[in-house]
Amino acid sequence: MAAKVFTIDGQEISATEGQSVLEAAHEAGIRIPTLCHLEGVMDVGACRLCLVEIAGSNKLVPACTTQVADGMVVATTSERLQRYRRLLLELLFAERNHVCAVCVSNGHCELQSLAMHLGMDHVSFPYTFPKLEVDLTHRLFGMDHNRCVLCGRCVRVCWYVEGAATKNFSGRGASSRIISDLNQPWGESRTCTACGKCVHACPTGALFEKGTTVGEMQKDRGKLEYIVTAREKKQWIV
Amino acid sequence: MPQWIKIDPVTRIEGHAKITLQLDDNGHVSDARFHVVEFRGFEKFCEGRPFTEMPGITPRVCGICPVSHVLASAKAGDALLAVDIPPAARKLRRLMNLGQILQSHALSFFHLSAPDLLLGWDTPAAQRNVFGLMAADPDLARRGIRLRQFGQEVIEILGGRKIHPAWAVPGGVREPLTEAGRTRIRTAIPEAKATASHALDKFRALLDTFETETQVFGNFPSLFLGLIAPDGSWEHYEGHLRVMDAGGNILADRVDPARYLDIIGEAVETSSYLKSPYYRPMGYPAGLYRVGPLARLNLCRRMGTPLADAELERFKSLGWGAVTSSFLYHYARLIEILACVELIERLLDEPDILSDHLRADAGINQRRGVGASEAPRGTLFHDYEVDRNGLITRVNLIIATGQNNLAMNRTIAQIARHYIQGPTIPEPLLNRVEAGIRAYDPCLSCSTHAAGVPALHIQLLAPDGRVLDERRRE
Repeated sequence: MAAKVFTIDGQEISATEGQSVLEAAHEAGIRIPTLCHLEGVMDVGACRLCLVEIAGSNKLVPACTTQVADGMVVATTSERLQRYRRLLLELLFAERNHVCAVCVSNGHCELQSLAMHLGMDHVSFPYTFPKLEVDLTHRLFGMDHNRCVLCGRCVRVCWYVEGAATKNFSGRGASSRIISDLNQPWGESRTCTACGKCVHACPTGALFEKGTTVGEMQKDRGKLEYIVTAREKKQWIV
Repeated sequence: MPQWIKIDPVTRIEGHAKITLQLDDNGHVSDARFHVVEFRGFEKFCEGRPFTEMPGITPRVCGICPVSHVLASAKAGDALLAVDIPPAARKLRRLMNLGQILQSHALSFFHLSAPDLLLGWDTPAAQRNVFGLMAADPDLARRGIRLRQFGQEVIEILGGRKIHPAWAVPGGVREPLTEAGRTRIRTAIPEAKATASHALDKFRALLDTFETETQVFGNFPSLFLGLIAPDGSWEHYEGHLRVMDAGGNILADRVDPARYLDIIGEAVETSSYLKSPYYRPMGYPAGLYRVGPLARLNLCRRMGTPLADAELERFKSLGWGAVTSSFLYHYARLIEILACVELIERLLDEPDILSDHLRADAGINQRRGVGASEAPRGTLFHDYEVDRNGLITRVNLIIATGQNNLAMNRTIAQIARHYIQGPTIPEPLLNRVEAGIRAYDPCLSCSTHAAGVPALHIQLLAPDGRVLDERRRE
């Protein structure tokens, strides 16, 4: 594979053809904020937090789904990008009911830590306070739509790592929901293998182990990487 | 012409309230009402949440006594799981509740009420606060603050934080007590004990000078309700409900707290967001009862610890059958502080207190669960119903302060009748009306499950609703 040479934030970087800007940046030790990205499954560019600027184009593009090209000049930290990222987070917080103080993922939540690191100190949009349900029908796990950011990580691990294809999206836009099978209670799903990958893939407290209380739900993402690495590279690295 | 006096807001209480006093044609107080003007609606918005989250959500009702809610909520969760929690978890929950009662009582006495009791009712309002106390008696103020700190540290050592520790959960508790934590608590006990005894000596010495207050600040026959241990000792976390009348006769005993609805009814008054619970067999409003330190001490035969028991004997000599003056809530509170310190000391010596086997595991085995425990201000009930998966379908919270609502109304009427004449009111007299409320140490955020800043508003109203005089404090 041909090597590509380009710059990120003034730093010259070489990457292999087909790599995403995000991958290349991370390999070079440059952190770009992400939410829907998850090691081990393909990127879909859903959350837009990894937006970057590319010289010569006025359009902002997601680093996770943009492939590197020779001579590309990428900026990841401009004032405009930081403002947009905060805006995106504010919209996520306004869209559902995120109550960190009493959440099972408090202190271990990707959405919460992004808000802290990107300096989101308030939400300038009116909260929509949607009335959403909690699904506790599954024997082991729960789904709280109030805390879902529709990143789709659960859907991707369920389809492409576990291969069960239980989780999916329904609806469009603001009325999108994560569903199980044909929009059944999770506990009635005939395809769910109860593997728990979706729970550990979830960046927030939307998917959780039943019985966990405030701040107790710590996700173990290493397991997913372990499985994918073992499968694809035949390397069992714990 | 009949007139109304309005006190709004009421100060040095926890929450937001006002008082209205009605005057008749001769300028005598004919009626007094304590209005709680906040509303929060926890019972409603908890519906649909997993019951396991309730010990995390319900304590948010209050920053003063979150532990009481954590414990009652966790106990309701235990009942839904139908489990007996591991013995060490039970002891640790008791330990935390003692820390909680102690810190809240210390706040009530030293920070909120001592300015009245030690500086005097007629001290200018600007000095009649904890800062005034610091200026007048810096040693006592410092010791009081440190006593509260001791209680808060017990909570923090167990739960990881002083306020809103998400530590007690359905089935037990999350974290053990460490050896280092035990040592820290132990080291602080001698000072806490000395402060509690010192405050008691100080209060007892003043008691003779408070003869009028003892007679006037809510001195009336009423029922008393609270938890009591099977052997008749003071209880704060388990046991059964007992109801006693002013003559010391036991009207109901060995009532399972889960059957609280058999003995407690709730009336609603349009003038307040605070409901008015009453003893059901006697009806409303005749079934007026009091809860909290005064009730607990009336109900029990002994505190169960040497120093507090000696003090309980002196306390009991102040009444025939039961001690009926709400002014003596202060005294009862101090005795409970001393008992808490002694009981904390004793619990630390339990052989399994450092155990890490602390959590029972089970699914939903009951569709309704009631958790009751003694909060600093009285008996607290959390009553949940869940669907088969554990989602909350109904919540009923009966809060200690609410149960004292009728008694608080009667208390301010009694004080107002004694002190107030005519359409204008000198400030120190109003302070006595407020102090009648303070004796109960009400927590209004809790009792209406409502939000607000501590404040007081007293209004004097004409019969047509015209405000004749009013005083407001923020």
